[in-house]
Amino acid sequence: MRAVAVRSWDWRLGSWGLSCVLMLLFVLSFLQASPQDPSPKSQDRRPVRIISLIPAVTEMLFAIGAGPQVVGVSSYDTYPPEATTLPKVGALVDPDFERILTLKPDLVVVYGTQADLITRLGRVNIPMFKYQHAGLADITTTIRTLGARVGRTNDASNLAATIERGLEATRRRVAGRPRPKTALLFGREPGSLRSLFASGGYGFMHDMLETAGGADIFADMKKQSVQTSAEMLLARSPEVIIEVHPAGEWTPARIAAERKVWNGLPSLPAVKSDRIYILADDRLNTPGPRVADAVRMLADILHPIARSPDALPSLHRPIAHRR
Amino acid sequence: MTATLRRGLPAVALTGAAAVIVILAAPFIGSTSISLARVFSTTLPFSDNVDAQIFFLARLPRAVAAAVVGGALAAAGVILQGLLRNPLATPYTLGVSTGAALGAMIAITYGAMLPAGGVALASLVGAFVAVLVVYALASARHRGLSTTVLLLAGVTLNAFFSALILFVQYLSDFAQTYRALRWLMGDLDVAGYGPIIWALPFMGAAFLAFAWLARPMNLLSLGAEAAGTRGLDVVRAQRVAFFSASLATGAAVSIGGPIGFVGIIIPHLVRLVVGADHRLVLPVSTFVGAAFLVACDVVARTVFAPMELPVGIVTALIGGPFFLWLLLRKT
Repeated sequence: MRAVAVRSWDWRLGSWGLSCVLMLLFVLSFLQASPQDPSPKSQDRRPVRIISLIPAVTEMLFAIGAGPQVVGVSSYDTYPPEATTLPKVGALVDPDFERILTLKPDLVVVYGTQADLITRLGRVNIPMFKYQHAGLADITTTIRTLGARVGRTNDASNLAATIERGLEATRRRVAGRPRPKTALLFGREPGSLRSLFASGGYGFMHDMLETAGGADIFADMKKQSVQTSAEMLLARSPEVIIEVHPAGEWTPARIAAERKVWNGLPSLPAVKSDRIYILADDRLNTPGPRVADAVRMLADILHPIARSPDALPSLHRPIAHRR
Repeated sequence: MTATLRRGLPAVALTGAAAVIVILAAPFIGSTSISLARVFSTTLPFSDNVDAQIFFLARLPRAVAAAVVGGALAAAGVILQGLLRNPLATPYTLGVSTGAALGAMIAITYGAMLPAGGVALASLVGAFVAVLVVYALASARHRGLSTTVLLLAGVTLNAFFSALILFVQYLSDFAQTYRALRWLMGDLDVAGYGPIIWALPFMGAAFLAFAWLARPMNLLSLGAEAAGTRGLDVVRAQRVAFFSASLATGAAVSIGGPIGFVGIIIPHLVRLVVGADHRLVLPVSTFVGAAFLVACDVVARTVFAPMELPVGIVTALIGGPFFLWLLLRKT
């Protein structure tokens, strides 16, 4: 009696579950047959609607001739000028998923740490190109991989080779010269020597400095960014101080005023010999295709005697800010 | 009362001497070794003397800043715990530090063109705004200050300003967000005496008020009514206590950011040793707070050298467990 009752309950539950599954399959079959996406997105197809959330990669795309394929960029993109007119879809911490979807991209360049965005894009089957800042050598590697991915293999390998030649030329030029002890800073509270942030012994800025013939005084700290102090600078006595800031905010008048702040530490060799350079140039903080120019600029500062015959004309702007 | 005061005087003298010794010793400790002879060398010009510059330009201002900030936060903690009659009150309970933080965040995000000390100035302005809002709320419907409303208004303002801070940070760019976050962790690397000198008038005024407040605070701790029957002008004492503690806190935060735990553990620790008489608790807390923060800053800049730990993390790591121990011990 009891066994029968259980079985009949089982049966009722089973039939209910079965109808649920059938219903689900029915609904899913409609989703599957959705006419919006007749062919599955292929990884091999050359993307024609690219969104880049990383300024350095946007520059790479334009430099390898894939600019016309780009339909959206990050809110921090400023170069090349063509990129600034494209729709902006947020950036590292605030990507606008809806806006990305409405642009119907067939490739989105994302930063490796954007886990949420990567999950959501994966859910809607939008192909991604994952990228993360690393060393100087990774820039040309990225350009080549990116070129293959967007169907610009030849342009990409030409660009990468040009960059590598440029870097090699600078490397040869400074080879054998004494390497000045250098502090490469990218953050400081305006008007004071507080909140000093420097490039540590890892990452593309460190690599750029070393390639340009400078000895990074924070090379032993294996981080991309280290907070440092007046004491640490006094103890490590840099012969050259280079501050890198975003272009735009730092006017020549402000740069002249900010250089005087360093007189607060008069025993620094860099202060004594007046080798303090405040550079407001985005080439120096973007690991993109203009990196060889940036390294050449640093080399011209660190080794003025060995300045390249084809020194960049733009170099004279930062130099002119010297006292 | 005079008997307890007399018994407590050695404690004041002892902690005062200890604070001075700690402040003077701190600049000799650091990640780089410096030679005493070279620091005070008269033959070497100062502009060439690296050791002297490390001592006088990098470490001494830090030690002095830590002492001033630590002393002010501890004393402000004593006053506010007495005023609110709440052992969990800290200098940051009434919204002063969050107001200061909001000011600093706005300066860091939008004030790229601000002159030197702009962040400190903005944090001071933020602190004042918060103080005035809380005061207006607490005195709106009462003849005096309602400590309950004061507490509730402070807590609410803290939450509201925190939301605004997050909003400003959301709008700001990446590097600025990091700088702002770093400011919130507390940093005593003042790189010169400017920020200290700047805050000194505010600190001086606050400490004069603290000196006057020692006796009224003893009466206030009995409760407003009991204090009133003993002839104290309760409303005036509460006002002075509120404004002076806020002034000291605002000035301290403008130097070193919102460094936590100093303002709560030091007063409790001191009361355990010297009792509840504010004439002892106030000076001893000031000295112990100063010495404690100087020591924490030495730890912060040496323990992971050549990297530096934010001092707020050190005070929290020492202060948190200590405070829990204090709580368990009391109950």
